[in-house]
Amino acid sequence: MKPAPFAYHAPETLPEAITLLQRFESDGVDAKILAGGQSLMPMLAMRVARPEVLVDLRRLRSLDYIRAEGGTLTIGAMTPKRAAEQSALVRETQPLFHAATELVGHVGVRNRGTVGGSFAHADPASEYPAVALVLDMELKAVGPAGERTIPAADFFVTYMTTSLEATEVLTEVRLPAWTRGTGWAIQEMARRQGDLALAGVAATLRLVRGACTGVRLAAFGVNATAVRLRAAEELLEGQRPEAANFARAAAAGAGNLEEPMSCVHASSEYRRQLVEVLAKRCLAEAASRAV
Amino acid sequence: MTDKQRVCVTVNGRRYERWVEPRLTLVDFLRHELHLGGTHVGCEHGICGLCTVLIDGRSGRSCLTLAVQVDGAEVTTIESLRDPSTGALHPIQQAFVDAHGLQCGFCTPGFIMTTVELLRENPDPSDEEIKRALDGNLCRCTGYQSILASVRLAARRLREGREA
Repeated sequence: MKPAPFAYHAPETLPEAITLLQRFESDGVDAKILAGGQSLMPMLAMRVARPEVLVDLRRLRSLDYIRAEGGTLTIGAMTPKRAAEQSALVRETQPLFHAATELVGHVGVRNRGTVGGSFAHADPASEYPAVALVLDMELKAVGPAGERTIPAADFFVTYMTTSLEATEVLTEVRLPAWTRGTGWAIQEMARRQGDLALAGVAATLRLVRGACTGVRLAAFGVNATAVRLRAAEELLEGQRPEAANFARAAAAGAGNLEEPMSCVHASSEYRRQLVEVLAKRCLAEAASRAV
Repeated sequence: MTDKQRVCVTVNGRRYERWVEPRLTLVDFLRHELHLGGTHVGCEHGICGLCTVLIDGRSGRSCLTLAVQVDGAEVTTIESLRDPSTGALHPIQQAFVDAHGLQCGFCTPGFIMTTVELLRENPDPSDEEIKRALDGNLCRCTGYQSILASVRLAARRLREGREA
């Protein structure tokens, strides 16, 4: 359980980091970015990942911030998750993102792990990608050609793979202004509180004249990326917030999932069942919070 | 390519300078380079929590941290808790002894360092808050109830100590 040898760089600035990544890219060197290391380090220890070089972003203190920009909440990629968890601004203006943050790992993992790291790592069992799809978050990246903003729907490609180029650095995650009165929920099943979810669901909805509207649901831990449960969303749109409607929507959402992944801890069928149950509970909880 | 890197780090108030391979984890650095064996090595991939130390005052798994990453940082380990002049155990350590918060002791340094951070941030935690704070630490002996009792006892003694 010791990592294979690698070279290590800890650039002082973002341009320096990008220059390094460009150099490794053109030399055909397998370089990996190290943020908080809470997901990468286990992969190195188990030698699932064997990069030749690590580019550690820990000195880029300018990427550690939480700011309100107009209605948008922006969080620097190197912000520790624990800082987001303990931020009154995050808790008060982005309750779903805040609740998702509390579900990530354990205290020590959230102290070291960064917000951006989870997005760039793109683990399908991670809470953030599902929340990003539900909230239409945007991801900001900087590369040799400059800066670009990527909608969450275009960011997550497949298992542990994003649309970031090898020479790009994720610098910021952006949360659009929260619509007042939106109800939200996130629930997951894990073998131990804080461990990676076997399956989970995040949801938002609003109630307008007694009917559900703007219903957004996404599941994580089941497919290669987090997925919107569109069948559930469509079925519940315009319907009354009642248990029978939540159950019908949840069943449709789970039923329309691509074959969920399967492992020794949770079969494909069990994961599909979890999504249905969690979706039903999330819809009820979100409706109870909507005003 | 994998040349050794210089690490300057303060551990338990003492400054150390070492040249290390980049792949050396912090826990191996503490144990093998600094000969501080109080921090134990468990799963080495972030599951068990027993290598937990404080890095710049915040808990972290020293198996998921490279030694090169703590260059310039302050690390606090279990060895720092005992009173240097009297040799007395720290109130949290004493509470784990008194309330049977350990049997074999292998996981104990991790639980105690996690508890140090918890009680600094929250001197009077509820059982639910204690469980949440310790959810990243595994114990194979106690069944956790006596650990919960130890943390409650430590919290009470520390609060009383502050008032006294």
